[in-house]
Amino acid sequence: MKRDRILMCGNEACGEGAVIAGCRFYAGYPITPQNELTAYMAKRMLELGGTFIQAESELAAINMVFGASVAGARAMTSSSSPGISLKQEGISYIAGCGLPAVIVNVMRGGPGLGNIAPSQADYFQATRGGGHGDYRTIVLAPASVQEVVELTRDAFGLADEYRMPVMVLSDGMLGQMMEPVDLVAANKAEVGKRSVEKPWALTGCKDREPNMIRSLLLKSGALEDWNNELQARYKTIEEKEVRYEALHEDESDLIIIGYGTCGRIAKSCVERARDEGLSVGMIRPITLWPFPKDIVRKAAEKAKAILVVEMSSGQMIEDVQLAIGERCKIEFYGRPGGAVPEEDVIFEKIRTLVSG
Amino acid sequence: MDKVFTRPNSLRDAETHYCAGCGHGIVHRLVAEVIDEMGLRERTIGIAPVGCAVLAYDYWNFDVTEAAHGRTPAVATGIKRVLPDRLVFTYQGDGDLAAIGTAETVHAANRGEDISIIFVNNGVYGMTGGQMAPTTLLEQKTATTPTGRDLKRDGAPLKISEMLAVLDGAVYIERTSVHSPAGVNKTKKAIERSFQTQMDKKGFSMVEIISPCPTYWGLTPRESLKWIEERIFKTYPLGVIKGK
Ligand SMILES: Cc1ncc(C[n+]2csc(CCOP(=O)(O)OP(=O)(O)O)c2C)c(N)n1
Repeated sequence: MKRDRILMCGNEACGEGAVIAGCRFYAGYPITPQNELTAYMAKRMLELGGTFIQAESELAAINMVFGASVAGARAMTSSSSPGISLKQEGISYIAGCGLPAVIVNVMRGGPGLGNIAPSQADYFQATRGGGHGDYRTIVLAPASVQEVVELTRDAFGLADEYRMPVMVLSDGMLGQMMEPVDLVAANKAEVGKRSVEKPWALTGCKDREPNMIRSLLLKSGALEDWNNELQARYKTIEEKEVRYEALHEDESDLIIIGYGTCGRIAKSCVERARDEGLSVGMIRPITLWPFPKDIVRKAAEKAKAILVVEMSSGQMIEDVQLAIGERCKIEFYGRPGGAVPEEDVIFEKIRTLVSG
Repeated sequence: MDKVFTRPNSLRDAETHYCAGCGHGIVHRLVAEVIDEMGLRERTIGIAPVGCAVLAYDYWNFDVTEAAHGRTPAVATGIKRVLPDRLVFTYQGDGDLAAIGTAETVHAANRGEDISIIFVNNGVYGMTGGQMAPTTLLEQKTATTPTGRDLKRDGAPLKISEMLAVLDGAVYIERTSVHSPAGVNKTKKAIERSFQTQMDKKGFSMVEIISPCPTYWGLTPRESLKWIEERIFKTYPLGVIKGK
């Protein structure tokens, strides 16, 4: 009998999600806690006749991905926080040139070298563009190993469709954790596998006019026109691509909001609170950009308070504030040093907030 | 009457933005001629640098992409690995190749990537206003070495071709010059050999081309050619450096 479910760690699952999407080009540079992903891609690309390059730096890796994308391939690179800072130059050029690419950040503690423990301190960097210029990246935040596979797979479809960088924002916890994964189910979905024609790719100008890829637009008004075109694309994405998971969000006094690992903890807290008869719901943003602001705003109309939980000093909380304005009170619980919030601590906080 | 001189098909009918006496236009043309003669126009992907030649895609009549400053060989690596039977070449200045992009250059060569690098060494940063480049000669005055390049303060001119020659992955490296008709002919032959090396899948190759920048050398075009012969060749002698 064929086994549908196999045990994988999040980093390996990420690699398999890319493979399912047809990614056959990977370039990366070692950094903890994402090394399993680099090693997995080294093995898988060899098996599949794809390309794996251990680059001389993250700068080189992201630019190799730039090149592979220019040539029309589905390409990916991954790193963890300090390496993602180095990739920002390349991500900005990818956005500026209108190229698809997938970048994985398995976040660790910062700033600087920080530590190698799980963290969510790169939220600002991921959702605000990160590099220079007026651009966005779609940011997908998985909360389980199965979701790592599916979101990485979908990232390629989104990148191709909108011709832009897409980031999978994981963390050291999700990367290292082992869970059963259903690859058969992951293989069935369409979004990531949808193939898109790439008449713009550089393949040699046989039977067509030469193609050109550039972000330098010196002619008066040209850059403004291009930026307006990008903004129009971003608006479509905000309308069509928002994803989240919500539980009792339209009928609760308290709403917990957390993504990734924190969203997972929030979910178990809600289940426990409901068992005790407490009026608690949750929203777990899956796309961090576009942020699910409509559902958050609606929840705030009914709720008395919102509790934002992050593995940082508070970054996503700014998007919550932007979404709800003065509609209700916002509380925050964060662990900024590479520590994972404990369910019991959050649960106590919930009790105090609901009864208080 | 027979036509003996015409614009190569790989070169667009466009006026370049280069200064009087600049070597970039000559090298663009040589690249285009070689591609035409090898019949590779429809199988070529060029990578323009950040530098004076950033607009090369407006002048060449084949597929061309931009790359971030110095990341040019990494971009070429990505393209070539996806399309191994195409001609993939970078066109880079000395700042792009031997300062900000040194790591990308060294490692592309060391991996033996089947790419060609056309390296235009004009001894200064042209695009940003004539600052010191890694290749600036000792005592040469630039915007950032107002009293001349000083060995103790600024280091010696970088000999990147000689550095790359020790790497196993680099199979052909030659330094030429476009300061004279004979030099132009030799440069064309070197470009052809580099492209042929690549199409034969033999590994990494580079042609370093000494090229005049009268504007930022503070010389007339004619004086610039003399400066190349009398000064530059002392530090940067011509010839095949790897692959004799
Ligand atoms: C990251 C980054 N740093 C600096 C610059 C500014 N810049 C543009 S071209 C250039 C140097 C160009 O010199 P070179 O590569 O020698 O080419 P040339 O213009 O002389 O042909 C610099 C420093 C830039 N565009 N990007």
